[in-house]
Amino acid sequence: MHEVSLVESMVALVEDERRRHVFSRVRTIGVQLGALGHVEPEALRFCFDAVTRGTIADGAQLRIETIPGQGRCSACQRIVALHDRFATCPACGHADVRITAGDELRLAELEVE
Amino acid sequence: MCTVCGCSTATIAHSADVVPHTHDHDHDHDHDHDAETIDFGKGAAGVDVAGLSQGRTIRIERDILSKNAAFADANRARLRAKHIFALNFVSSPGSGKTSLLVRTINDMKARCSIAVIEGDQQTSRDAERIRATGAPAVQVNTGKGCHLDAHMIGHALDRLSLEPDSLLFIENVGNLVCPAAFDLGEAHKVVVLSVTEGEDKPLKYPDMFAAADLMLLNKADLLPHLDFDMQACLTAALRVNPNIEIMIVSARTGEGLAAFYAWIDARVGG
Ligand SMILES: Nc1nc2c(ncn2[C@@H]2O[C@H](COP(=O)(O)OP(=O)(O)OP(=O)(O)O)[C@@H](O)[C@H]2O)c(=O)[nH]1
Ligand SMILES: [Mg+2]
Ligand SMILES: [Zn+2]
Repeated sequence: MHEVSLVESMVALVEDERRRHVFSRVRTIGVQLGALGHVEPEALRFCFDAVTRGTIADGAQLRIETIPGQGRCSACQRIVALHDRFATCPACGHADVRITAGDELRLAELEVE
Repeated sequence: MCTVCGCSTATIAHSADVVPHTHDHDHDHDHDHDAETIDFGKGAAGVDVAGLSQGRTIRIERDILSKNAAFADANRARLRAKHIFALNFVSSPGSGKTSLLVRTINDMKARCSIAVIEGDQQTSRDAERIRATGAPAVQVNTGKGCHLDAHMIGHALDRLSLEPDSLLFIENVGNLVCPAAFDLGEAHKVVVLSVTEGEDKPLKYPDMFAAADLMLLNKADLLPHLDFDMQACLTAALRVNPNIEIMIVSARTGEGLAAFYAWIDARVGG
């Protein structure tokens, strides 16, 4: 599964931060995952320790914030909650709902020392 | 050497074991740090004691795939500079990607030059099948990796001397899930589905069908032998991606492929 390469990408971003800030250890890595996105939080957690071992992020805790799905219906223009990427508009039934939140795959913050 | 990543990858082999670009200054700050800090956090549970925390928070707000996106943009710029039209073929294993590429190259090679990047976990069999057509092909073995990423494509591009105004076909690792998330710098993703896989695949693997602009429904020559519900399949694909174009084709007989070639020609011209 590509969660391994996502964690590798996270480590690379942490390396970038270390070029800007002085720190020797990362305590937590805070990520935001959209509920409608491609990534299973459990799968990410599952490989996190193994992939970060021996890197700057070794020993860090992974904190996942889930961003709920939201979209704008192109027919009725309402902002609606989405539980499914391909859901129809719960208000009017139209199929063309543009996702406005819930697609995130973002490194939000680091707690370092 | 890759101009974006600066890494000196000597072989085109990539695996999950390769740790990219490590630096050696890990411990610059550890020594006096250790001397002046009593770390209560190193206890069994690893919890921090409030008030004595040396920690601080750095806001980042960066997309986790931003590195891949930067490599993909670099690939796109390289391709654009030479007017090369690149397609990224994605599908589950065995739906007929290589067969379609072989057929397409044989049918189109008289009027344009075509190169191929082949992605598989192991072996260079597919690249050899492509080379048998006379087209140049680079094989990328991803090892444990389940998809091609834009960094690998950058290195594969270094190996191919692509002619201006040519076509580049990238065959991704057979996997209907992971390649959806990785932009390689291609113009379009083309998803290949074969009629033997069942009509409900777009609903079961929606991300891939949502990411693709064109769907080639392959092995149409087998339809008389199957209970494949064509209408249900088309409905499912359009449900997850209302904008997807769909062509019913056979790599074996060539049925339907003229429309695919016309689709390419229209985009290369424009
Ligand atoms: N009947 C029929 N068989 C096909 C067609 N296209 C491919 N095949 C067969 O399907 C099998 C797999 O084809 P490949 O072209 O190797 O599929 P692939 O998607 O490249 O497979 P991977 O690279 O392993 O993911 C082979 O036995 C092909 O001969 C087709 O249009 N009709
Ligand atoms: Mg193949
Ligand atoms: Zn609506």
